[in-house]
Amino acid sequence: MYLDDGFRLKAGLAEMLKGGVIMDVTNAEQAEIAERAGACAVMALERVPADIRKEGGVARMAAIAKIREIQKRVSIPVMAKARIGHFMEARILEALKVDYIDESEVLTPADEEHHIDKRPFTVPFVCGARNLGEALRRIAEGAALIRTKGEAGSGNIVEAVRHMRTIQREMKQLTVLGKEELVAESKKLQAPLELVEYVAEHGKLPVPNFSAGGIATPADAALVMQLGAEAVFVGSGIFKSEDPDRRARAIVKAATHYNDAQKLLEASEELGEAMRGLDVAKLEPSELLQTRGW
Amino acid sequence: MKIGVLAVQGDFEAHGRALERLGAVAVYVRVPADLDGLDGLVIPGGESTTMLKFLENEGLFGAISNFAARRPLLGTCAGAILMATVVCRPAQRSLELMDIAIERNAYGRQVDSRIATLSPSSEFAERTAAGPLEAVFIRAPIIRRVGARARVLLEYHGDPVLVEQGPHLAVTFHPELTTDARVHGLFLEKASAK
Repeated sequence: MYLDDGFRLKAGLAEMLKGGVIMDVTNAEQAEIAERAGACAVMALERVPADIRKEGGVARMAAIAKIREIQKRVSIPVMAKARIGHFMEARILEALKVDYIDESEVLTPADEEHHIDKRPFTVPFVCGARNLGEALRRIAEGAALIRTKGEAGSGNIVEAVRHMRTIQREMKQLTVLGKEELVAESKKLQAPLELVEYVAEHGKLPVPNFSAGGIATPADAALVMQLGAEAVFVGSGIFKSEDPDRRARAIVKAATHYNDAQKLLEASEELGEAMRGLDVAKLEPSELLQTRGW
Repeated sequence: MKIGVLAVQGDFEAHGRALERLGAVAVYVRVPADLDGLDGLVIPGGESTTMLKFLENEGLFGAISNFAARRPLLGTCAGAILMATVVCRPAQRSLELMDIAIERNAYGRQVDSRIATLSPSSEFAERTAAGPLEAVFIRAPIIRRVGARARVLLEYHGDPVLVEQGPHLAVTFHPELTTDARVHGLFLEKASAK
């Protein structure tokens, strides 16, 4: 039921993004810099997470004119964010023919109980997750790509690491359980048994698993790749740094050569200042973006 | 048989699995030295602009050109774009191994991606096996012109989708995303020729 032709195409595009870097951009110039630096896709949005955090207010789907301008300027896939539960923003983005929709906790949620039913859409969706249960619930709703949430706009890798480690550990644990134990696990994870059984058998999600939320340096990108991420999303980390062009290139290089310390050293040299970053432990619970989504 | 899969970006692992199902050893290629001792090389699907950056910046462009003079290459989707003589919309540099002109994202954006069933030509069926072939097109390119040196082995809606030139194969869909092993099988046959 999860693997019909439509779903295979959606997850298929995610396969094509593996080993790459998807960069947040707020205009066509940034999109061009990202493409030139070797980004495998861009995420079009109104403000990067660090600015959303600073400026407050309601964060919505980006202006259509801006997304169009970006689509016109680059040949790589263009993604855009819709608010959690806002299936009409998603329908509009689909009509605009964006290549992927991120139902994102970075924007202000439109529904505090329901995510979008993503199955009837032709356009694929990516959703954030902090743990296996959350990831499988999103896949059950039709997400064709999962990314760890991390803490967007923080420039701090600690939450992305926590979420990637959690998902990997929870998947490993399932692989050693018996059939009847999986039924109980499905209840605990609040996820469909069919998907729990898939993970138990394969030791991985039925869709690609990327990382997001706090990646600011080539070393950060390599770290999450080592922990099991198959590609990385970089939000504020690039265009909030001193030299976005060079940093973008360096992070692209790190995502490919995450196993090659010599190449990582080259990527890390002469980078300029990284974004300042936040101590996530000092944020108020209400300031956290990762707790949005259910 | 040892087959390299260019692993800078894209669905290289899907190719690795497809090759291993046929009994070949898959070697992931990220630096020029990884090409040593390989019988063939696959350039996978992914973003051709991203891969081209890597080829140009990390010495792989020349290394793969030299390799292709000796051993067979299989390019799928982005890989086919990198192997074409002419790339358009937008124009970009390529390895110029196949006498074809190819247009990027020619079907449209992701919502225009599709899974089609192809009826193989008698030549393809003879060299592999008969029967319909499932073809997954994802933001796929279209081959707009085939020159005298290249030969068409498969078509979809009148457009060439699998082209052969000497030892090399270029395909605009993704055989690595299905369980049909015929395209990879054909490539391994070419790679086993010494």
